[in-house]
Amino acid sequence: MAKIVVDVMLKPEILDPQGVAVSAALPRLGFTFAKSVRQGKRFEIEVDGEPTPAQLAEVEKATEKLLANPVIETFTVRVEK
Amino acid sequence: MALDTVAIAKANPDTTQPFAELGLKGDEYSRIKEILGRRPTSSELAMYSVMWSEHCSYKSSKVHLKQFGEKAVKTDALLVGIGENAGVVDVGQGYAVTFKIESHNHPSFIEPYQGAATGIGGIVRDILTMGARPIAVMDPLRFGPADAADTRRVLPGIIAGVGGYGNCLGLPNIGGEVVFDETYIGNPLVNALCVGVMKHSDIKLAKAAGAGNLVVLYGAKTGGDGIGGVSVLASETFDATGPAKRPAVQVGDPFVEKVLIECSLEIFAEDLVVGIQDLGGAGLSCATSELASGGSGGMKVELDRVPLRDATLSPEEILMSESQERMCAIVEPKHIARFLEICKKWDVTVTVIGEVTDGERLEITWHGELIVDVPPRTVAHEGPVYIRPLAKPEYVDRVNAEKVNVPRPETAAQIKETVLKLAATPNLADKSWVTSQYDRYVQGNTIQSQPDDSGMVRIDEKTNLGVAIATDANANWSYLNPYEGAKLALAEAARNIATAGAKPLAVTNCLNFGSPEDPGVMWQFAESVRGLADGCLEMGLPVTGGNVSFYNQTGAVAILPTPVIGVLGVIDDVRTRTPMSFDRAGLELYLLGDTEDHLAGSEWAYMHGQRGGKAPIADLQREMRLINLLVEGRTSEIFTAAHDLSQGGLSATLTEMVLRHSVGAIVDIENPGTVLISESPGRVVVAVDPSKVGALLAVASKEKITVTKIGVTGGSSLVINGADIPLTELRKAHTETFIKLFG
Repeated sequence: MAKIVVDVMLKPEILDPQGVAVSAALPRLGFTFAKSVRQGKRFEIEVDGEPTPAQLAEVEKATEKLLANPVIETFTVRVEK
Repeated sequence: MALDTVAIAKANPDTTQPFAELGLKGDEYSRIKEILGRRPTSSELAMYSVMWSEHCSYKSSKVHLKQFGEKAVKTDALLVGIGENAGVVDVGQGYAVTFKIESHNHPSFIEPYQGAATGIGGIVRDILTMGARPIAVMDPLRFGPADAADTRRVLPGIIAGVGGYGNCLGLPNIGGEVVFDETYIGNPLVNALCVGVMKHSDIKLAKAAGAGNLVVLYGAKTGGDGIGGVSVLASETFDATGPAKRPAVQVGDPFVEKVLIECSLEIFAEDLVVGIQDLGGAGLSCATSELASGGSGGMKVELDRVPLRDATLSPEEILMSESQERMCAIVEPKHIARFLEICKKWDVTVTVIGEVTDGERLEITWHGELIVDVPPRTVAHEGPVYIRPLAKPEYVDRVNAEKVNVPRPETAAQIKETVLKLAATPNLADKSWVTSQYDRYVQGNTIQSQPDDSGMVRIDEKTNLGVAIATDANANWSYLNPYEGAKLALAEAARNIATAGAKPLAVTNCLNFGSPEDPGVMWQFAESVRGLADGCLEMGLPVTGGNVSFYNQTGAVAILPTPVIGVLGVIDDVRTRTPMSFDRAGLELYLLGDTEDHLAGSEWAYMHGQRGGKAPIADLQREMRLINLLVEGRTSEIFTAAHDLSQGGLSATLTEMVLRHSVGAIVDIENPGTVLISESPGRVVVAVDPSKVGALLAVASKEKITVTKIGVTGGSSLVINGADIPLTELRKAHTETFIKLFG
């Protein structure tokens, strides 16, 4: 059994209100390391056996349609062992 | 990209510039060179290109829109007229109200949720900019066919966006429209209206007067949102075969806007600003040039001081960015400390970016280098003006000559079938699926909202003074006759205010059309504006402002001409309003107004695939007498209920009335084949207690309005000429359409 991971992030030019809120909250809690924070989402998809290139292409298509909004988000699809 | 400065522009006059890619025509580019006496820098080119776009400059519509000023009625009620961010109207008791409607059509097609959300955000900031506290929003929406795949994509996102942004701001959504038609597929219309209230003395204007005063930018940081959005998004038709110009969509943050509203209102209350402007389409280009030309003209801005979300932005991009939730204020130096203090309290980013000068030029520098040096009026107000060719399209005479041929409900079975079909058709079906996603009652001042004829909010909790607003457009009639269509939409919106007993006071509009480069579309536009201006003059209502949205078309197919008209009215005591429906048996039902065989452009004809025939001719004198009757009926407490007749005619009106409080009615009408389905304008159904019938007849006779008794209230069915339609069955038909379509 393998795991396909899809990471979705807002495009860099798009405002990320959640990231802004997190980066404002960090220093209030005493954490001063962050210059900026952007928040995304991660999908873990379990499949039987080793994913084939065709399967990964299917996942890409599904991501464009459902998991991500390609107008404002970018994504990557990878296999996690 | 290397920095292009004024010095470089002077030294290298022949550098090739991408003016065409930025949407400027060759002669427009030449004119910029003539104004400046040299080629523009790339930053100047960016500013001119966005400010001279159709969306910002109104270059195709200006010559027609001036009728709103020329034909204007003299009225003391108008405190601020066309030209400012929004018009302001006196509603009495020291209160002024400002309202405006704008389109966000193209962005909402690309990214439905964010497009609709930022549409609400933009119009709310326009109202705030006038110095008013925003108190309610409305949104007239139009989509392709309800069962079309693209409608399923855009509708849920747009509804959620309107609701998401408005709900977070804590603004009630008090009405609007949801209309479906084939021509809106690929080009939904998202119009957003906001109304705000203030005291007379609080009015703020967009001007930068007084040399030495500071230019202050506050609110969200500037990012790469919607760069070129104004010129690319709003002014060019989508073309699937053209180069991929996927524009950066603006993403809003309603919580930042909420804080910005409260922060701004506190600043206004302490009278700390000389002038103020929100940053919407064309961002800083628009705000700086409009503020400067609203004053003496001189302004210096240090663009590198603008706080950025993305440090890699070039000066051109900063000038064009449409990042949301930003405002620009002109502040006297003696007030700046307090201004900064208030911003700090609300945790709002604030930066002094420049100052007003006693010169006449807008000068913008980037790390000390002069990159913009222009007369601001040439950017903001003296853009190109086009007298576009217009020609009556060939379709008009052809469709006007068509006869409407639809089934006529004569027998009891036919009547029942017709009423149920009309109740269920998407354009007339219950819209709760939509409006239940909006907060309609937040702030506790909402008196009326969907499904009432108009939205009504209380603006003074002690005196119960209130305002009512309705928006209407009948694109089917505008298609058949744009001149009458605009007048009829105006009449309908005014009537929708008056059914509650409010007195119409002022008009705003959002004119949605196809490409102005098509002479047929331009004719529809010109006729609509002429109709609206004539109508407003005749009804004595000033136009306080509005918005034009062109290029609403998919390929060569333009949308139906859709002039959305908003009318605002005032009511001295909201507790005395006339409700839209009755909640008890034993009342008499009367139809006010005359019914003719007006089926052209009707919902029933549309349902039978018929678009032809002649639109009704608006009789605004009669409409005004009907309004008088409705207002007097309210103040003399004659009516128990009053409800407008429009799309779907008497059938739709009775359906909505009986379902509202689940009290049925027994109705008998002559000639049901016409009277049940006709959409003759200027009609209202009223419910009156038998003891008030004499008073009704007396007022109606004074105002010369036809009164026809059509039935009585009571029972658990709507019975029309013996056709018994149980309310449970009617309700099922009316309410399940949207649930079936959109889940």
